[in-house]
Amino acid sequence: MTAPLDVSGSASEAHPESVLAGAGKAIQGRSLTRIAWMRLRRDKVALTGGAVVVLLILVSIFSSPIISAFGHPPLEFHQDAIDPNTLLPKGAFGGVGSEYLLGVEPINGRDIFSRIVAGAWVSLLIGFLATLVSVVIGTTLGVIAGYFGGWVDQVIGRLMDVFLAFPLLVFAIALAGVIPDHGFGLEGNGLRIAMLIFIIGFFSWPSIGRIVRGQTLSLREREFVDAARSLGARNGYILFREVLPNLMAPILVYATLLIPTNILFEAALSFLGVGINPPTPTWGGMLSEAVRFYTLPHFVLFPGLAIFITVLAFNLFGDGLRDAFDPRAH
Amino acid sequence: MTENEPLLSVHNMEKHFPVTKGLFKRQVGAVKAVDGISFEVYKGETLGLVGESGCGKSTTGRLVTRLLEPTAGKVFFEGQDISHMSQGHLRPLRRDMQMIFQDPYSSLNPRHTVGAIVGAPFRIQGVQTEHGVKKAVQDILERVGLNPEHYNRYPHEFSGGQRQRIGIARTLALKPKLIIADEPVSALDVSIQAQVVNLLEDLQKELDLTYVVIAHDLSVVRHISDRVAVMYLGKIVEIADRKQLYSSPMHPYTNALLSAVPVPDPRAGRGRERIRLTGDVPSPLNPPPACRFHTRCWKAQDICKKVEPPLEELAGGHRVACHFPENAPEPAKAAPAVPAQE
Repeated sequence: MTAPLDVSGSASEAHPESVLAGAGKAIQGRSLTRIAWMRLRRDKVALTGGAVVVLLILVSIFSSPIISAFGHPPLEFHQDAIDPNTLLPKGAFGGVGSEYLLGVEPINGRDIFSRIVAGAWVSLLIGFLATLVSVVIGTTLGVIAGYFGGWVDQVIGRLMDVFLAFPLLVFAIALAGVIPDHGFGLEGNGLRIAMLIFIIGFFSWPSIGRIVRGQTLSLREREFVDAARSLGARNGYILFREVLPNLMAPILVYATLLIPTNILFEAALSFLGVGINPPTPTWGGMLSEAVRFYTLPHFVLFPGLAIFITVLAFNLFGDGLRDAFDPRAH
Repeated sequence: MTENEPLLSVHNMEKHFPVTKGLFKRQVGAVKAVDGISFEVYKGETLGLVGESGCGKSTTGRLVTRLLEPTAGKVFFEGQDISHMSQGHLRPLRRDMQMIFQDPYSSLNPRHTVGAIVGAPFRIQGVQTEHGVKKAVQDILERVGLNPEHYNRYPHEFSGGQRQRIGIARTLALKPKLIIADEPVSALDVSIQAQVVNLLEDLQKELDLTYVVIAHDLSVVRHISDRVAVMYLGKIVEIADRKQLYSSPMHPYTNALLSAVPVPDPRAGRGRERIRLTGDVPSPLNPPPACRFHTRCWKAQDICKKVEPPLEELAGGHRVACHFPENAPEPAKAAPAVPAQE
């Protein structure tokens, strides 16, 4: 026998609202951003991509302790690991072993593991900062074009067309050839990195700019913008308080997807010898040296894998972000 | 009601949207969305503005609140000419004139909390409140029938009716005198429409509000309005007291509109004759000359194609723009202004 239900008790006194919201707690709404994070947390693939991205960032920050713990200085020559007759690494698969985790380079015997770890920060730094440059330029011009429309939109739109039609690679090669050794208080590779960030960022802003412009165009017609205007809000208020918060999600998503593109571009420039000057290790530069020794698979494989994993991780994470912020896209 | 000064008065207001073509934006025509309308709104009353889609109702609302600038004509609010006033000069006036929007899904910024949305008027207008913005916002939320503890919630967590209440709360924040409601209930379920309409009526009594309600639903307008203006292709064709308009409409178009309202009781509706208008509404790009309704009117004669009927007062407060009005009182009917020019 079960006890009869007590209908007269406390159940009727509880307010349904307070039961639902958790009694006693202040009602806290869930913002769209929080909902997106909750959705992202369920996306295993995107989380894996995100974890790899975080790992890569940590590796590039703590590259020196990692190198001293697991390898040799990236610029140090190791003739003892090289066969003096063939100038190729001793041992199987390019000398992979406990001493040199990913083997050594032919001829000079530099530690490939250390060089990949040391090269990470150049790739990530250029990837992030170049993206930041294009996000800043793209968002500013995109919002202005979309919000004000008319001839402003026409001018900025044609400017974007010009930039998209520009032969970026040819231009970058030409420009990188004439970068001086000193300038802007920087010198050597510091200046080259700054120039690469500027070139890549300056030429990839139209992709962000077009997305922002399109979003702004549709946001501008929404009634909440009219509502703000009918309350007497100025353009600045409408842009920063009403429009921009709705642009953060697409900007974040497309910035995440632009980072791997920019990393690839830097690798391509270093591969072509117009990026960062040797001996500073970069993944693209390592690949470029490796093609001379195509018989040694590990020498091509490891820097190639590093680029591949990085780009894949950013893309998976970016795709996950996009799905989380805009589930209707599918 | 008619003794006092009108709160809002509109004289021959026009809005033409230019249609441009080609690289150099040559103007090839104009959409005559609103083409010379005049009306007054008196303090404390509700003016209903009805008409088909595309007849210029919403444009009228946007012109009056100066979200758009009229091409010609004048708009007076509390005696001040606001038709070409700069946004800077309008800003203080906007406190007294607010707008309720049609779509509760698009009129609330999805990234802002309810507190931020309803508190925005205070922030934008720089209004100081006695016990802080939060307290003021919560008072308003309570007034429109929302839980004040929902202050930190986001719009997507509410139903359509609740969202419209949030929109109404925002318009009430600065205690306006005039509220322009652009289709305030047409995006809502029928069951919710009644709640929101009743809320608007209660608020009108409590806060001494004046409404201009734009709608295409004649039943809603009948319920809420004191006077009703009927628009067709950018013109007001008839404006009258609610009772007069619904019991004895004079313009054939009003008649046709009213005959199309569904009657809930099938037996009552059986004996009724429904007027079917043929054809579509002509394009406002190239509206028919003279009386705009002559292409669809069953009473149209030659004069309707040649002479534009003026909006004339045929009975007390009942103005109509038609050469052959129906239900017109005897003296007016005896002398239909038909100049012999055939």
